[in-house]
Amino acid sequence: MMTTQTSGDVRLSGISKTYDNGFTAVQPLDLTVPQGSFFALLGASGCGKTTTLRMIAGLEEPSSGTVHLGDQEVTHLPPYKRPVNTVFQSYALFPHLDIFENVAFGLRRRGIKSVKKQVDEMLDLVQLGEQARKKPHQLSGGQQQRVAVARALINHPKVLLLDEPLGALDLKLRRQMQLELKRIQTEVGITFVHVTHDQEEAMTMADTVAVMNGGRVEQLGSPTDLYENPRTTFVANFLGTSNLIEAEVDTRSGEDIVLKAGGGKLVLPGARCSAPAQAGGKVLVGIRPEKISLTHADDAGEIPAGRNRITGKIAHSSFIGVSTQYVVDSAVCPEFEVYAQNVDRDPRLVPGADVVLHWSPAHTFGLDAAQDIDAGVETAGEEAA
Amino acid sequence: MATVTEAEAPPLAPETDPKPPRKRGRLVPYWLLLPGLLWLVIFFALPMIYQASTSVQTGSLEEGYKVTWHFATYWDSLTEYWPQFLRSVSYAAAATVLCLLLGYPLAYLIAFRAGRWRNLIMILVIAPFFTSFLIRTLAWKTILADSGPVVGALNTLHVLDVTTWLGWTAGDRVLATPLAVVCGLTYNFLPFMILPLYTSLERIDGRLHEAAGDLYARPWTTFRKVTFPLSMPGVVSGTLLTFIPAAGDYVNAELLGSTDTRMIGNVIQTQFLRILDYPTAAALSFILMAAILLMVTVYIRRSGTEDLV
Repeated sequence: MMTTQTSGDVRLSGISKTYDNGFTAVQPLDLTVPQGSFFALLGASGCGKTTTLRMIAGLEEPSSGTVHLGDQEVTHLPPYKRPVNTVFQSYALFPHLDIFENVAFGLRRRGIKSVKKQVDEMLDLVQLGEQARKKPHQLSGGQQQRVAVARALINHPKVLLLDEPLGALDLKLRRQMQLELKRIQTEVGITFVHVTHDQEEAMTMADTVAVMNGGRVEQLGSPTDLYENPRTTFVANFLGTSNLIEAEVDTRSGEDIVLKAGGGKLVLPGARCSAPAQAGGKVLVGIRPEKISLTHADDAGEIPAGRNRITGKIAHSSFIGVSTQYVVDSAVCPEFEVYAQNVDRDPRLVPGADVVLHWSPAHTFGLDAAQDIDAGVETAGEEAA
Repeated sequence: MATVTEAEAPPLAPETDPKPPRKRGRLVPYWLLLPGLLWLVIFFALPMIYQASTSVQTGSLEEGYKVTWHFATYWDSLTEYWPQFLRSVSYAAAATVLCLLLGYPLAYLIAFRAGRWRNLIMILVIAPFFTSFLIRTLAWKTILADSGPVVGALNTLHVLDVTTWLGWTAGDRVLATPLAVVCGLTYNFLPFMILPLYTSLERIDGRLHEAAGDLYARPWTTFRKVTFPLSMPGVVSGTLLTFIPAAGDYVNAELLGSTDTRMIGNVIQTQFLRILDYPTAAALSFILMAAILLMVTVYIRRSGTEDLV
């Protein structure tokens, strides 16, 4: 019974990697990737995500812990004995072989004689049937990327590992390939483990995302769960943007926690607070920019009761088509970000205007105040640049 | 209200006549080519023409030589000296194969395994160049001396019996035998094999090895299917850089060989400097050149490295 349950899962138990020079790339880590899922390891460069991937592939020997593929322990197996294939960062296509032979490489190594039909089918799947006799350098970046995917997938691996496979492509092509990869994954049903530093990419493609930071998994969950309920400031800042306010716990009323911040009161659902909230203690209150409504101070009376409110003054605004992004200077947070949909634009909302920010308490989340409030901000910005 | 629909034209750059500097700029490549071209004309083209005319002259030292379009010299020298030609080609081929067998593992080691020792090993490879070619070759006389440790060891191990049976050595001597000449050639041209091999191996992206491993290729298969094919440019240029000078070499045969191991280079040298039969010497030189050109062309065509850039 156990065997059928775990037949294809990737299980990492207590796996870690410390290099000879003493640098620990991955802290002891437990991770299970369910069979057939699209799993993303997300983090800034140097967070250990690629090392983790390479330990699954067998390209890196773990310093401790074990790797299981289904029931098989593969911790010390060389890569050529693992039922795992990798799509490398810059594809690593064999430059001396044509596309057909690149894709056929794995089949031939396993002694399969008649590869023609399989290779043709695979090339059709990635829409490269016409290019079979070209050399890799004659193809565009996007086509090379598809060859790399085809070359790995044709072997029907238990797990397909993708190491920043879209990193070298331009933005438009990247969007296209994200959907393409997602389509292929749904079609073949193989477990995909995808390493990326692009949070949008991870959220678009993956069923489950593990956010890594400093060799550890900060949080694991579905994209919506991670976005709506971040449990650390790193996750809150790395995935999208969060406004974090330091607040003091005032009272608890039923399910809700009432907090004091800059003279005002904020309400936070107790269930959405990942920190212990004792009266008098500190909590970081978080709110996503798109959840906030912006009302001119003159109309403050029209705001429904029961919403969290903060007053401030617009410092900057930038119009980006679908929305307008405001930076509001307030007493509790110097750079409060607000994204307002451009449905009915209030012409009074210009820099210098006094405004009231308000949002539903249900959209508020609470984090442990003992953390660095800016964790993940710079890294996310750097990677996006 | 007037709406501005056109952006204002940017202020014009101060008017200058761009033509004269451009014209001069276009000529620069030719000026840069000039020294090299002159060099080729003076030291390559002119001597070639001179030798070509020498090879079809007849006459004697006393009466002087005249161009008589006597092409028979080519046929005559070929019929007389074909054994030396054949010997040159086979010695050079043997030395090239030995260089490849010795050089490839070393180049591989330097490129992929040497780590921080890489530069040191490279220096050791190049170090012999700091002494003269002649001295290095003479040193082999000592190494292969009849009473030396190498010959002694080979004798004890009965290796010499085998090589003598093969015709590579004579009795219990190594010096003055084909083996000695091939050893000298191999030694002297080994760096010309290692350096291009190293360069092309070093250029191979390490991730290709990982990719091959990931696609079920064992280390040996990875070498056969990925590393070796990708190092072919180095193999080709290394073998050419070894074979061509080795085929025309006469120093090794002169110092380490005997009259039975004379190569075509020795014949040409003797014809030029001792017998003073310039037409034959020139004709031999051209035959050697043509033969090498032909072999190299066939070799490059067959190794198919054109699209391995």
